[in-house]
Amino acid sequence: MADPVLELSHLDKAFGALKATDDVSLTLMPGEIHALIGPNGAGKTTLMGQISGRLPPDSGTIRFRGQDITRLSVAQRARMGLGRSFQISSLIPEYSARRNVMLALQARQGHAYRFVMPVRHDRRLTEPAIEILTRVGLEGRASVPSAELSHGERRLLEIAVALALRPACFLLDEPMAGMGTEGVGRLVTFLKDLKQEAPILLVEHDMDAVFRLADRITVLVYGRVIASGNVDEVRNDPEVRRAYLGDEVSA
Amino acid sequence: MRELRREHMLNALLAAALFAVPLWAYLVDEPFLITLATRVAILAMAGVGLNLALGLGGMVSFGHAVYFGLGGYCAGVLAHHAFNATPVLMGLDGTNQMLVIWLVAMALSGLLAAMIGALSLRTSGIFFIMITLAFAQMFFYFALSWPAYGGEDGLPIYVRNVFPGLNTMRPWNMFVIAFVMLMLVLALFAMIRASRFGAALMAIRQNADRVAAVGISPFGVKLAGFVISGMITGLAGAMMADLTRFVSPSMMAWQMSGELIVIIILGGTGRLFGPVVGAAILVGFEVIFGGLTEHWKFWLGLVLLSVVLFARGGFIGLLAGKERHG
Repeated sequence: MADPVLELSHLDKAFGALKATDDVSLTLMPGEIHALIGPNGAGKTTLMGQISGRLPPDSGTIRFRGQDITRLSVAQRARMGLGRSFQISSLIPEYSARRNVMLALQARQGHAYRFVMPVRHDRRLTEPAIEILTRVGLEGRASVPSAELSHGERRLLEIAVALALRPACFLLDEPMAGMGTEGVGRLVTFLKDLKQEAPILLVEHDMDAVFRLADRITVLVYGRVIASGNVDEVRNDPEVRRAYLGDEVSA
Repeated sequence: MRELRREHMLNALLAAALFAVPLWAYLVDEPFLITLATRVAILAMAGVGLNLALGLGGMVSFGHAVYFGLGGYCAGVLAHHAFNATPVLMGLDGTNQMLVIWLVAMALSGLLAAMIGALSLRTSGIFFIMITLAFAQMFFYFALSWPAYGGEDGLPIYVRNVFPGLNTMRPWNMFVIAFVMLMLVLALFAMIRASRFGAALMAIRQNADRVAAVGISPFGVKLAGFVISGMITGLAGAMMADLTRFVSPSMMAWQMSGELIVIIILGGTGRLFGPVVGAAILVGFEVIFGGLTEHWKFWLGLVLLSVVLFARGGFIGLLAGKERHG
């Protein structure tokens, strides 16, 4: 069996008396989509924060591509190939779609401290940026400031920015949030393709999309992993049905 | 695109006006007006420095007067020792060469900005504003209480420092030096803004989390921007001391920091020629209304208030439209 791309072992994070992450271990294998689900307040966002580097865990380790990254900063992890999208679209509002992607490309090329050459006509940035925008279907909106894009378009731009980093693993935080059925359908097809490029750790509320996409699912409740396995195993797990899916079905 | 061209034309017009007015004054022999234009050019340069930190990087430094004053003291102290033929320290002689003074002013201002920036850029918002103010006030009181260079009374520069090939005591020559330096600094600002570094710096102002998530550490980029900003303002300080032939702690006072911020807001935050317009308005108000009433700052305050309320892009924004990054 191949080595995991991302491996969390025994992560703990408490805010005062509240255990937001309670002994969480999980792995992300090459070529898979691993979905992380759980009711509101289950600690998904806290866990994502620890993986991306925004929040330090109280204990436990995070290994990425065989290296311990537990103490690295957000930017260091991104440079190592951790490409994330945000739950609430987090883009550069005054920059056009194209320049948002160009910024990610510039970061990957490692030249933040170039003072002379103008970026606007830098073909090492503009050409790949248009290519990536075409992949997600935003090429027609390339010059629109991201603040003026529609909600769905901003979600796609989030993915385009992650793509530009050519990451070794995608960390997608509710990419479908607020998208219509048609948009979700297109994104599901897109993500199925994308996992060939790099495995995806997916936090998502849309259960239907999760069941269509995920190779494995981990269920988090009150910061603890209560079940982990393939779609059928998780669907039929009595504890999951009681704690989580039961609520969903009856709701 | 049309807006972009409109801003280019406006900028060219402003540069031409800043040159034409003192040229006319030179031809009709009005040295007072030439010196006024020189003041505008130097203040604008100090503003361009702050504009890099505040306008591009979103770092609201309320202590940029410290670099302005430090630059001023570089000119004053080096000239003082050159005049008295005494060493500055450890056998180092003073100098009356402007070019040398500028280099020293930029180096020391950059060093100070690196230290202040390293300590204060970990914070943001109101804390950053207060920390930069506190550092500047610290140096202000130090200058005030240090008797060797005049303390509270300040330090006169008896003979303006020299520039190769030009008699700097002639107002027109001094203006040309200041104007050329302002244009060079503006070119530097435009170049940085268009570069990859500028792209990262402006992105950090808008969303630092996103910039970190693509792999650029915001702290380093901000610190580099802050250092360049301090160096430019320090250079302007050295030139201002030479223009007025006097340096005093008031150059470092918080009122000066405030004036620099006012210059930028009036002209248009982050806009290339914003500080030029802002400095012209400030000096214009001081001369025109300062002659009529002691309370000219009240009227300036009204203008500032209306800009903040009704024209967020400052005068450049009003005339050239909203800025587009493309």
